Amino acid sequence: MDYYNLLTTCAFIHLLVSIPYAYSNYVENKAGQFFSSGHTNNWAVLVCTSRFWFNYRHVANTLSVYRSVKRLGIPDSHIVLMLADDMACNYRNPKPATVFSHKNMELNVYGDDVEVDYRGYEVTVENFLRVLTGRLPPSTPRSKRLLSDDRSNILIYLTGHGGNGFLKFQDSEEISNMELADAFEQMWQKRRYNELLFIIDTCQGASMYERFYSPNLMALASSQVGEDSLSHQPDLAIGVHLMDKYTFYLLEFLEEVHPASQANMNDLFKVCPQSQCVSTPGHRTDLFQRNPGSVLITDFFGSVLLHDMKQLVADVSSQKPKQKDWHPPDGFILGLWTLILLVFFQTYGIKHLKHIF
Amino acid sequence: MGLLSDPNRRKALTGLLTRLNTPICIVCYLAGIVWFMGLAFEPFTLRTYMSENAMGSTMVEERFSSGERALSLAKEFDPPSACCGLNGMPVEWLVKAMQSRGLEVFTQSFSRKLPFPDENKERYMVRGTNVYGILRAPRAPRTEALVITAPCSPGNTNNQAVALLLALAQYFRNQIYWAKDIIFLVNEHDLIGTQAWLEGYHHTNITGMEYSPLQGRAGSIQAALSLELSSDVITSLDLVLEGLNGQLPNLDLANLFYAFCQKLGVLCTIQGKLQRNDWDTAEGYTHAAQTMMLMVLKQACGRSWGDHGLFLRYHIEAASVRGINSFRHYKTDATTIGRLLEGMVRKLNNLLERLHQSYFFYLLPSLSRFVSIGYYMPAFGLLAVILLLRALDLWVHLGAPALAAVDGVTEPSSPGVLTVLTPVVISHLTGVALYLLPVHLQEMAVEHFPVSETEAVVLTAIAIYTAGLALPHNTQRLLSGEGTEQGWKVLKLTALLYLAVLLGCTALINFSLGFILAVTLVPITASITPHMPKALYAVVMVLLSPAFTILYCVFIYQELIEAPVSVSEGWMLFLSVISQGILDHALYGSLVYPLLALFIYPCWLMFWNILFWN
Repeated sequence: MDYYNLLTTCAFIHLLVSIPYAYSNYVENKAGQFFSSGHTNNWAVLVCTSRFWFNYRHVANTLSVYRSVKRLGIPDSHIVLMLADDMACNYRNPKPATVFSHKNMELNVYGDDVEVDYRGYEVTVENFLRVLTGRLPPSTPRSKRLLSDDRSNILIYLTGHGGNGFLKFQDSEEISNMELADAFEQMWQKRRYNELLFIIDTCQGASMYERFYSPNLMALASSQVGEDSLSHQPDLAIGVHLMDKYTFYLLEFLEEVHPASQANMNDLFKVCPQSQCVSTPGHRTDLFQRNPGSVLITDFFGSVLLHDMKQLVADVSSQKPKQKDWHPPDGFILGLWTLILLVFFQTYGIKHLKHIF
Repeated sequence: MGLLSDPNRRKALTGLLTRLNTPICIVCYLAGIVWFMGLAFEPFTLRTYMSENAMGSTMVEERFSSGERALSLAKEFDPPSACCGLNGMPVEWLVKAMQSRGLEVFTQSFSRKLPFPDENKERYMVRGTNVYGILRAPRAPRTEALVITAPCSPGNTNNQAVALLLALAQYFRNQIYWAKDIIFLVNEHDLIGTQAWLEGYHHTNITGMEYSPLQGRAGSIQAALSLELSSDVITSLDLVLEGLNGQLPNLDLANLFYAFCQKLGVLCTIQGKLQRNDWDTAEGYTHAAQTMMLMVLKQACGRSWGDHGLFLRYHIEAASVRGINSFRHYKTDATTIGRLLEGMVRKLNNLLERLHQSYFFYLLPSLSRFVSIGYYMPAFGLLAVILLLRALDLWVHLGAPALAAVDGVTEPSSPGVLTVLTPVVISHLTGVALYLLPVHLQEMAVEHFPVSETEAVVLTAIAIYTAGLALPHNTQRLLSGEGTEQGWKVLKLTALLYLAVLLGCTALINFSLGFILAVTLVPITASITPHMPKALYAVVMVLLSPAFTILYCVFIYQELIEAPVSVSEGWMLFLSVISQGILDHALYGSLVYPLLALFIYPCWLMFWNILFWN
């Protein structure tokens, strides 16, 4: 009996001691992960390329991604938002100054704090490429520049009408996949990004990332070559389709993500399978150096800034999690109850068990 | 030995052509007729679809609800202020009603003296007022407009349409999503009023109308809808598309109407005929063929079958919606019709450019099926080819070395220009007489004969037409016996080419007119020679002349609308058709009457000359 007691007490103490050790391991892993991504700031370039009232859904797509990205931490100064047309103030909008992304008008993604950097006819292929490569005239204000450096992770989101190898801008010009690939190569040569995530929601979107050849690029598209990306739901009161399917499910996925979330790119690749989207989403990771499973969503969609890093280091060194309420570790409670049960059975004896059951 | 071509090969080809000419012509003619009749067969047609991206599907939520209030407003039209009663239009009442609904109201007065009294509508000196109210778009610049019109003329009770117009105006005034101004037009004396308004709006004067200039304007008109509701109870809505000179609006407008009919469950017809699903039975096919024939006949006569027809000339896509009460069990209430119009106008509001994505030339065997120009033109092409083959045949014969003179009498190897020119000039002078004299000589005719002016005009036209038949004998006397074998061949060659060009140009603008004329004219003109039994061929030629074609069309039309007429009634209808044709030309610029009088009739006269060549 004594030996048995000793064994349980030993196990219990071992459990109690190992918990902070496991916790510091976990923190180290996290810090290690954080350091492994190599970026220190986040940027986002969100572009809607189509105009006209019946392309309402493209503006709603872009604004929804804008809202998510802001919620996850990237500030307006690090977001370049390009909208080709003004849906909120279009004469045909029955609810002026709003852009809704869900029917029954649940979520107004326009809000009153949106900052559109390139608007209307300023959204052209030339301006887009100048933003990416940084070749802007000296008079361009800071809000219109992508001031990224070689430790920036950039998210680029494009939506509009596209075809095999091109994306239509403003119903009058196109950007080809080769131009885009060359622009990214220019960015790489000028050390303008650390890693880049490219998401495109158009028809035949996968053709746009076929020609990429610069390192550290990961791409996602809403449909393969030869497939159309479909719109999600119409709203009868407004009279147009509100969102595209792929972005809708992408947003549903992003709603679950918060700044400390551990969701990684493999989860993102699973968003909107063909059963929901009708088109087959595609992705490309061969140019990316890290394993997609180890790339966090917040590496691109959020902005985990340096001062959080310092806090992380402080936590590791103090070995005391700084939490609002302190609860005893789970292992301790488990060990305590095991002890109590053992004492109980020792006192009253096993033979009494048959009276209980 | 030729340098660029092989004369032996050429001779073989031309020999083949001349040998097989008649069989090929007969085959082409039969193929053309069969092709045309086959157009109505459903597997050969295409399903209609919306081509304009900006209009999308019927994705709107219609909230119009004051249909009943509109009808009670219609009942306010008691006799003193009856809209379409004998006192003319209640202009002050309409102005007040529109102003109280927040529209900018203007009036336009116009007057027109017809060339001769119109017996169908009983008017001669027409004086009237148009009233129109403009609903300004709350946020948009005033660059574009839509028009909704309800004609209002004595004898045609359109009260319900005007009331529905006012109810719609009140409802539309409360909405903020208008990107274009909406003009609500109530015009008097139907087509004449519309013509005056359109001419005032676009600052043109093509028909000699006198009108006061418009005080208020709204921008470039993108589309127009005309409403005709003549009773409280409507069981179906009929869509009228045929406009002036056979011009049709863009097919997207018909598609829009049909889409909303389906969405709201309203019974919709075209040519007054419902749609059937049994295309593989004989009845189903005849039904579709009848609908298509009605459209062809309506398009061929070149008059505007609804108030919308005059808008088309200004590149404004327009259609008329006519409510029909056919005493069915299932009735549509005014609210549903209001919703249909609201939906259509809201979708037209979304347009960024004029309707141009869908077809402008088409035939509709039913509302959901259409035949585009690419499919129906070969039918006409096959008929036109007959004329060209015949001309080629004649050319070959004329170019062949002259066979030895028949009896040693030296004939001129090529006939003098005068031989050919004289019949041509005289025929065209007769045509000019047919065009000008009936209207100008009506006073003289009324003096000498106990007939009314209209009858005088029509009978003068028929008299001149018949007088032309006597011409060949006089022409020969003029030519003092210069009729040679070569002469009539050259004349026939000229006439065939002339007819081919005429019919071709007509078919391009108004396919139905070109096709109907080709069907009757091509067989006789292709086969006519002076060496045939004259009496028999004279009768056949007269029976297939343009005037008789019109007569047959009148009878066929009456059969198709299921109101067959006796011979005497048919004759009266024929006379009224001629007078309407002349009036349409004078009032709105319809081109059917000048075409027939100045070109087709002289051409036919030239062939008549050939028959009596000696």
